[in-house]
Amino acid sequence: MTQWEKPVLTLKNFNKTFGNGCSFCKDKPENLKGGCCPKCRTIYACRDVSLCVYCGEVVGIVGESGSGKSTLMQALYFDSEPTDGEYYLDAYKNGERNIFADSRRQQKWVRNMLLGMVYQNPVMGLKMHFSAQSNIAEKMIAAGNRDVHSMVARGNDLLERVSIPPARRKDNPCNFSGGMQQRVQIAKALANEPPVLLLDEITTGLDLSVQADVLELIQKIQRANRNSILLVSHDLSVIRMLADRTVVMRNGQIIEEGLTDQILEDPQHPYTQQLVYSLL
Amino acid sequence: MIKVENLGKSFYIHHLKRSIPAVRGIGFEVRAGEFLGIVGKSGSGKSTVLKSIYRTYLPEAGQILYDSAAFGTLDLVRADMRKMIYLRKNEIGYVSQFLNILPRRSALELVEKALWEMNAEGEEANRIAKETLRHFGLPEALWDNYPLNFSGGEKVRLNIARAVVKRPRLLLLDEPTASLDDASKYKVREAIEKLKQNGTTMIGIFHDLVFMEGLCDRIYDMERAEESVPPDAQPFAHARSS
Ligand SMILES: Nc1ncnc2c1ncn2[C@@H]1O[C@H](COP(=O)(O)OP(=O)(O)OP(=O)(O)O)[C@@H](O)[C@H]1O
Ligand SMILES: Nc1ncnc2c1ncn2[C@@H]1O[C@H](COP(=O)(O)OP(=O)(O)OP(=O)(O)O)[C@@H](O)[C@H]1O
Ligand SMILES: [Mg+2]
Ligand SMILES: [Mg+2]
Ligand SMILES: [Zn+2]
Repeated sequence: MTQWEKPVLTLKNFNKTFGNGCSFCKDKPENLKGGCCPKCRTIYACRDVSLCVYCGEVVGIVGESGSGKSTLMQALYFDSEPTDGEYYLDAYKNGERNIFADSRRQQKWVRNMLLGMVYQNPVMGLKMHFSAQSNIAEKMIAAGNRDVHSMVARGNDLLERVSIPPARRKDNPCNFSGGMQQRVQIAKALANEPPVLLLDEITTGLDLSVQADVLELIQKIQRANRNSILLVSHDLSVIRMLADRTVVMRNGQIIEEGLTDQILEDPQHPYTQQLVYSLL
Repeated sequence: MIKVENLGKSFYIHHLKRSIPAVRGIGFEVRAGEFLGIVGKSGSGKSTVLKSIYRTYLPEAGQILYDSAAFGTLDLVRADMRKMIYLRKNEIGYVSQFLNILPRRSALELVEKALWEMNAEGEEANRIAKETLRHFGLPEALWDNYPLNFSGGEKVRLNIARAVVKRPRLLLLDEPTASLDDASKYKVREAIEKLKQNGTTMIGIFHDLVFMEGLCDRIYDMERAEESVPPDAQPFAHARSS
C-alpha cells in the first residue's frame, strides 16, 4: 500500500561522534565499548538513528544515561552539527530538503519558526538574568517580530497559560523554582506556535506534584495545538502517560521501537526488558 | 470482521534465558455484530489473545485478519504501527479490568479525551461525553471527580464508557466484571447488551459463565483449542458452518 500519511519530521541515518575516530573504530562498531572507542576515546554518541514523527503524535525516547538522547535532540534543534545524516520537516520546503545540508541561516529560520525546545537543563534554554518576559520576547524577535506591544501581550498570554503569576513575570528565572523555570521554557518554546516540540527530560528534578502540573500542561498544549512531540524521559510513567510510540536507545543506537504499551508490556530486547522490569 | 489463525505467543525472558509459553494454535472467527466469549482457566492465555489483537503483545506465529473500515483487510500482527494507532483511536476498543488512567483527569475529561482522539471537539465532545456517562449510569455528582476514588463498579463503567463513546466496530473486553458485586455486574451486562443491540462486534473474557449466558453467540474454549481438537468438535464450530 502507498503511504497513507506523511511524517511531520523525518530523521535518516543520523550520526554524531565526538572525536575523529581511528583505524580501530572507524566502520567497526563491533570494536566499540559502550559507544566509545577504547583506543582513541572517540564517542559515537548517535549511530544510524532514523525516526519519524507524525502529525499530532507524541514519540517517546527512553534509554540509560549517556545513550545519546540529548545529543539527538540538540542536533534536531541545530545546537550542534551532525556528523552525518538527513533531516526533513514537512513544514519546510514540503519536506523535500535535507535541512542538515542547508545553510546556517536557513537552519536558524527553521529553529525559530518550526521548532520549540525544552532543555533538560533550564540554564541551556533560558537567559537566567533576563526577565521571564524578555526570554519569551527573545524567541519572537528571532522570528522577526518587532512590535513591542504585541510581544508583551503574547508573552503575558503564554506565561498565563503556564501559570506564571503576573507579579513574577518581570523577575529573572534564576530566582525561580525548577518547576517554574521549566514552565517558562515551555512558554518560550511555544512563542512562535511551532508544529514540532522537542522536550528533553522536562520533569527531571521536579517534585511529584510539580511534575504532574508540567505533564498536565504539556497534554493541554498538545491537545489544543496538535503539536507533534519528541519526548525524552527516563521516567517510564511519563512515557506511558504521554507517548503513542516509544523508541529505546542504547549506546547511541535505537535498539527497539513500538507502540508504548507494547514496549512496556512485551519488551523484546534484553536491554529493554532490563529497563522495564527494573523500573516497574 | 476478524479471523484469528494459528496464533502463537510466548515470552522470552532474557535474564532467565527462558521462554514462557502463553498460547499456541489459537484460531477463531467473529463476524460483524457477533459476540464471542473466551473461556479457559487462569493462565490459559485468554488475555494474551486479546492483547495480541490490540498489539500490546507481539505474536510470534499466525495471523489476525481484521476487516478495517479505513484500510480494508489487514493482518494486525504485521500492520504498520501508525495504522495500529489509527485503529485504536477509531475502530478497535479495549476494556481491561484495570483502569489505566491519568491521576488528575476527571471522569468527564477522560471520556472527552477519547472523543478528541476522533476529532470531536469542544461543545460537541462535552455533550456526547455527558450523554455517555449518563447512559452507563454514572451519577452526575461524580463527573467532575477523579476516578482514583471511584468504586470498582464505577471505574469499570467509566472504563467501558471511555471505550464505547468512540463507537468502536470491534470491542475487546478483558474481564471487566471480575471484581464487581452482583448489582454492578448487572449494570455492566446491561451496557454490553445495549452495545450488542447497536451491532458492535465483541470478544469478551468472563470468569462467570452464568454472566455470559444469553450474551455470547459462541464460546471459544482455550484449553480445548490447545489440545488441537478437530475444528468441528469445537464448541463454536456449528455456528461457523451455519
Ligand atoms: N559536547 C560533548 N563533547 C564530548 N562528548 C559529549 C558531548 N556531549 C555529549 N557527549 C557524550 O555523548 C554521549 C551521549 O550523551 P547524551 O547527553 O546525548 O546522553 P543522554 O542520553 O542525554 O544521557 P542523560 O540521560 O544522562 O541525559 C555521552 O557519552 C556523552 O558523554
Ligand atoms: N507480559 C507478560 N510477560 C511474561 N509472561 C506473560 C505476560 N503476559 C502473560 N504471560 C504469561 O502467559 C500465560 C498466559 O497468560 P494470560 O494472562 O494470557 O492468561 P489468562 O488466561 O488471561 O489468565 P487469567 O484468567 O488469570 O487472567 C501465563 O503463563 C502468563 O504468565
Ligand atoms: Mg540527556
Ligand atoms: Mg487474563
Ligand atoms: Zn578509535
